[in-house]
Amino acid sequence: MRYLSPLLAVALMLVCGMVLFLVLGKSPVEGFKVFFIQPMADRYGVAELFLKATPLMLCAVGLSVGFRGNVWNIGAEGQLLVGALAGGGVALFFPNSHSPLLLPAMFVAGALGGMLWAAIPAWLRTRFNANEILTSLMLVYVAELMVSWLVHGPWKDPDGFNFPQTRLFQSKAILPILVEGTRVNAALIVALVVLIIGWVFMNRSFLGYQMKVSGQAERAGRYAGFSARRTVWIGMLVGGCCAGLAGVSEVAGPIGQITEHISPGYGFAAMIVAFVGRLEPVGILLASLLMALLYMGGEQAQQYLGLPFSISKVFQGLLLFFILGSDVFIHFRLRLDRGRK
Amino acid sequence: MAPGLVSAVLFATIVAGTPLILTALGELVTEKSGVLNLGAEGIMSVGAVAAFAVTLNTGSPLLGIVAGMVAGMAMSALFGFAALTLQANQVASGLALSIFGVGLSAFVGKPYESQTLSSVAPLKIPLLSKLPVLGHALFEQQALVYFSWIMLAVVAWFLYRTRWGLVLRAVGETPVAAHAIGYNVLRIRYLAAIFGGAMAGIGGAFLSVFYTPLWVEGMVAGRGWISLALVVFATWRPLRVMLGAYLFGGAMITQMFVQGSGIRLDIPAQFLSALPYLATVVVLVLISRNRSTIRLNSPASLGQPFMPDA
Repeated sequence: MRYLSPLLAVALMLVCGMVLFLVLGKSPVEGFKVFFIQPMADRYGVAELFLKATPLMLCAVGLSVGFRGNVWNIGAEGQLLVGALAGGGVALFFPNSHSPLLLPAMFVAGALGGMLWAAIPAWLRTRFNANEILTSLMLVYVAELMVSWLVHGPWKDPDGFNFPQTRLFQSKAILPILVEGTRVNAALIVALVVLIIGWVFMNRSFLGYQMKVSGQAERAGRYAGFSARRTVWIGMLVGGCCAGLAGVSEVAGPIGQITEHISPGYGFAAMIVAFVGRLEPVGILLASLLMALLYMGGEQAQQYLGLPFSISKVFQGLLLFFILGSDVFIHFRLRLDRGRK
Repeated sequence: MAPGLVSAVLFATIVAGTPLILTALGELVTEKSGVLNLGAEGIMSVGAVAAFAVTLNTGSPLLGIVAGMVAGMAMSALFGFAALTLQANQVASGLALSIFGVGLSAFVGKPYESQTLSSVAPLKIPLLSKLPVLGHALFEQQALVYFSWIMLAVVAWFLYRTRWGLVLRAVGETPVAAHAIGYNVLRIRYLAAIFGGAMAGIGGAFLSVFYTPLWVEGMVAGRGWISLALVVFATWRPLRVMLGAYLFGGAMITQMFVQGSGIRLDIPAQFLSALPYLATVVVLVLISRNRSTIRLNSPASLGQPFMPDA
């Protein structure tokens, strides 16, 4: 059931989607085609799928480490933005650098930026006992406003006709394209490496084991002498680090500059990816592709069916509900029970 | 400050605080029954869009409020089904509700963007509204503002002065004991969660029908989350919810008054906009710093699932 329940959730989401299309007066078959088949119809579409899955994968791996340890970092969106600012900042401050180390430096800066933003709720939680759910989320709004301030103010492109965006990054600060004729870039490799590191950390390291124990049975962890503070710190910092990398993958990838619209909610969607992927790297890989498909389906539905793009968020929310609900089949065995009052 | 300005600031603070009071009072009751519903942001969004759509089509703000309330109840029933009936993780289910609600409201609300409602005339209380300074600020408000005060009294009375309030608190503290003496824990928790949803739906309705009279995607702007923080800030006590809500309302309108006052401050607008969010963090830290305050005041079974063993 553990691996069947995500499939069940996806199936339920599809059924709901069909009903939704019916209610909206669109043919469900047509809707299904436009939403789920058309985005993958050609090579370019498949490449786009991997492109969009990259930041989702990165954020979700990081979040899964925290979620395993019962650390509720829901501010990945903010950490992604600060990572994008830090990484993008490196690109903007070295506009003439030809060093091959520029991109790696951007990723390091992005990771540090994300970790810095995640360190705030971690510190507030460990030092002051403040709930990390609320603090990490509040910092998302702060990060959004910070991006807005920078692109409207100090970092605005002086030759940009007053558009709220920075200069375009120079060519050395743009991630190399992997497949000619598409937009899929080297960040995918970074994401896959992070997936593997994530798997090793959670399944083959003592620290990862401690995280799992603390998450599943807090008292057992405490009696075993595993530090609860360390669990919070690791959970938050890993999440922030990965989200920061995701931020760099966006600004140094398809966007190529810092704008006000770096992420269409990847940090939030990544929570769904983490749950649908059962907090395991392989599952996260598959779930991130599914979530990327939902994003692309939303774009297609906007273009061909005249539906608002936010339909993909409706699907995302439904999916998370169904995945949580179908856990009932993991925790309990359903049995027909007749004749009992 | 001139009396006119004091009155205006007070007036705006109360208006800005009202959706927070409504939502936070609902969440307070929900949490008192031991259920942590993190979906307030989503419920408010859906409530706001439902209220706006109905008001626009019927011309009746009252029907709009009812629509917001019903939408909020439906949303929290959905949460209840996942978190109570199916025993899913409450934190995750609440997040799901938030993501779903924000997405759903954006989707449903798309056709309503760029439309505006005519503003609703405030309800003047005779005599009292003639008071100097305070009269305008306190007694020339929208009906929902008075409603929020009435609900504050009702919630406080219900929780601490009625038998069923006691039962609800018992369910939140020790569900096992409440179950053992014959109360249906899950039903009480459902009712508490649905009450919370109704209040958050009304809070959303206040935003879209009275506060800004329009609908824009993302207009709830974290007020649902701030309301959750308010409950912690209030250490689960109704009267403090109101105090906190007006404090936050004040933080939210600072920007408006600084920009409108003509004082040239060398602070970017974004910094002022970040104030309520930063204030939330600071306040959470100040309250949570004392672990025993939190432990003494928060419902003991908050967030923990309860399964009656048949």
